[in-house]
Amino acid sequence: MSGILEIRDVEVTFEVGPLMRRRSILGVAGVSFDLHAGETFAIVGESGSGKTTLARAINGLQGISNGSIRFDEERIDTLGGRAMKPLRRRMSMMFQDPVGSLSPRMKVGNLIAEPFRIHGIVDKNPNVEVPRLLSLVGLTPEFADRYPHQLSGGQARRVGVARAIALNPALIIADEPTAGLDVSVQGEVLNLLNDLRERLGLAMIIITHNLHVVHHVADRMAVMYLGRFVEVGDTDEIFRAPRHPYTAALLSANPEPDPDKARDRIALPAEVPSLLARPAGCEFHSRCPWVAARCKSEAPEFVQSETRKVACHTPLEPGARPPAMEVTL
Amino acid sequence: MTVLAIKDLNVTFSTEGGQLHALKNVSFDVPERRIVGVVGESGCGKSTLINAILGLLADNGSIDAGSITFEGEDLTRLGPARMQELRGQRISTVFQDPMGALNPVLSVGRQMRNIQYRSGRSRSEKDARSEAMLRQVRIPDAQAALARYPHEFSGGMRQRVAIAMALMMKPALLIADEPTTALDATLEVATIELLRELQQDIACSVLFISHHLGVIAELCDDVVVMYAGEVVERGTTRQVFHTPRHPYARRLLECDPARQSGRTRHLPTIPGEIPDLRQRPPGCVFATRCDQRVDACDKVPPDVAVETGHVARCVLAEAR
Ligand SMILES: Nc1ncnc2c1ncn2[C@@H]1O[C@H](COP(=O)(O)OP(=O)(O)OP(=O)(O)O)[C@@H](O)[C@H]1O
Ligand SMILES: Nc1ncnc2c1ncn2[C@@H]1O[C@H](COP(=O)(O)OP(=O)(O)OP(=O)(O)O)[C@@H](O)[C@H]1O
Ligand code: SF4
Ligand code: SF4
Ligand SMILES: [Mg+2]
Ligand SMILES: [Mg+2]
Repeated sequence: MSGILEIRDVEVTFEVGPLMRRRSILGVAGVSFDLHAGETFAIVGESGSGKTTLARAINGLQGISNGSIRFDEERIDTLGGRAMKPLRRRMSMMFQDPVGSLSPRMKVGNLIAEPFRIHGIVDKNPNVEVPRLLSLVGLTPEFADRYPHQLSGGQARRVGVARAIALNPALIIADEPTAGLDVSVQGEVLNLLNDLRERLGLAMIIITHNLHVVHHVADRMAVMYLGRFVEVGDTDEIFRAPRHPYTAALLSANPEPDPDKARDRIALPAEVPSLLARPAGCEFHSRCPWVAARCKSEAPEFVQSETRKVACHTPLEPGARPPAMEVTL
Repeated sequence: MTVLAIKDLNVTFSTEGGQLHALKNVSFDVPERRIVGVVGESGCGKSTLINAILGLLADNGSIDAGSITFEGEDLTRLGPARMQELRGQRISTVFQDPMGALNPVLSVGRQMRNIQYRSGRSRSEKDARSEAMLRQVRIPDAQAALARYPHEFSGGMRQRVAIAMALMMKPALLIADEPTTALDATLEVATIELLRELQQDIACSVLFISHHLGVIAELCDDVVVMYAGEVVERGTTRQVFHTPRHPYARRLLECDPARQSGRTRHLPTIPGEIPDLRQRPPGCVFATRCDQRVDACDKVPPDVAVETGHVARCVLAEAR
């Protein structure tokens, strides 16, 4: 099966620092993956690991400094803004900040009709499309007359979904689609995306910090650290037996809603390295409980074995416990 | 001892469509040295509650009735000058986005010095105290960190700098609104462990708002469950998580994806919508979505103490 999206060795470079002391950092440092039609792919990783930057690069909102991005077999990273525009009809993005990404002076009806206007689509009647899309996301037609500040957090997200699906895209990139929502509204938004995926055969990339959500909705997942993928594979398998130490620590940290639960965590030093001073060797070595001498000088390759890809010299066996070491949380 | 006592608090906003009753008869206490969590549906009034406590309600909002007693003073009756004095000294805050609390053009050391302007300490004493505080939140190389600017820290470190600044003056109450949502799970648990440790050290109370029920269960001593501007259930974290007595609280806990055994594509939800707060229903505020409603629910349900410290606003709740 050929992928709808093919990402190869993508790098994004930023120039940072004051004018006289400009330095470049790699926000995304060589990421590759494929996405298939109808598939949900989750990207997790800490704040600043490059998730949003990668999403923006795929969507053409951020230029890349190396690598290639193919969408439906067409190379898109070399297209300019103008040539990219028709493609955005087929690939839409839900932004991290739902209210902030909705223009405050436009009513919901206009916001939902906006994609048709932007893309000069005249054969669709907004008076038909707006109520249709509102009902698809579970809002009554009256909402067309509201302004964004008159919506609750959950309603604003649904308007975001309606906009994202307005032009029948083949791919949705959802950046933290449920941050700030309570669990019930979160469930509604995720169920809605899942229904659309089933009905319209959408492919989806979900970026989130919520590991419980990832476990339920994603077919495959990637764990990102300092701009690189360190583990990629089937979600269920990764939850059952994480092989990269960072993945294992992440999954063991996941707080559970039971005040009496015994917690058996893999503690990590909280010091995340700066992108300006990437550690030598394995970039996780400064926090890794399993670190060995070799890890400090030699970078591990990203090795594929069966359905899993892992960047570690000594991938973990199922249920591995960290060797005793002194950690400061 | 109670640090913060909220009693029958009512807040409304004037809107084009009429008065919006955002908080209705809200009562609960934050006892000394306890961490109290607040959970509830998006739009249930959590931010409004915090703003009312801090004296920072939007211009179209007003406190119509009730009291907010903090260390013996009723905050609803204080002038802006006194409120400003309390904020940052006796009551401090940490928000989801630490950049909101940090000034991007001042070094962290300078900002920490400014917070201590009323302390009467000398400049070098202030800096020493700042450095000790940064060390306590485990910022490496704390002395050099004082000279750095907020954007030079990672997200997780920035949040810890914000926590250090919030606790600098040893407040009696720390209000934290989703302080860990932007962090990955490893930094999230490190941050809540740190919060718990500092809270014990400083002996302050914490009012902690989060949608992450796992974090609430792990960190908080007590929990307040809000729905449509009302406190529908409150109790210790164990009471509420193990034996929820209000149908909304029960449903909320059941909806947590963390509680679904086995993988499911279809996550549970609470069907229906929160009522229009401009036209509150005459009876129970949860009635339109409640699967246990009875005729008596047409009247305003009483606050029933089902156990010591465990209260539910529902006609079906009974003392045991
Ligand atoms: N325009 C920019 N200029 C300079 N640096 C940037 C820019 N945008 C992002 N960065 C840096 O690139 C890195 C990746 O940022 P990004 O926003 O992609 O992270 P993220 O994984 O989405 O984090 P979060 O979980 O907090 O949303 C960060 O170190 C960030 O500071
Ligand atoms: N300035 C305002 N004018 C009119 N209505 C307001 C105003 N501020 C808040 N509201 C309304 O008051 C109610 C409570 O809002 P609030 O922001 O306190 O909710 P919240 O519990 O913090 O929600 P979230 O979890 O989404 O942050 C909502 O119905 C909201 O629309
Ligand atoms: S290569 Fe070494 S330091 Fe890196 S993750 Fe594996 S064990 Fe840890
Ligand atoms: S008072 Fe009635 S409607 Fe309200 S929560 Fe209790 S049973 Fe349900
Ligand atoms: Mg992001
Ligand atoms: Mg809020």
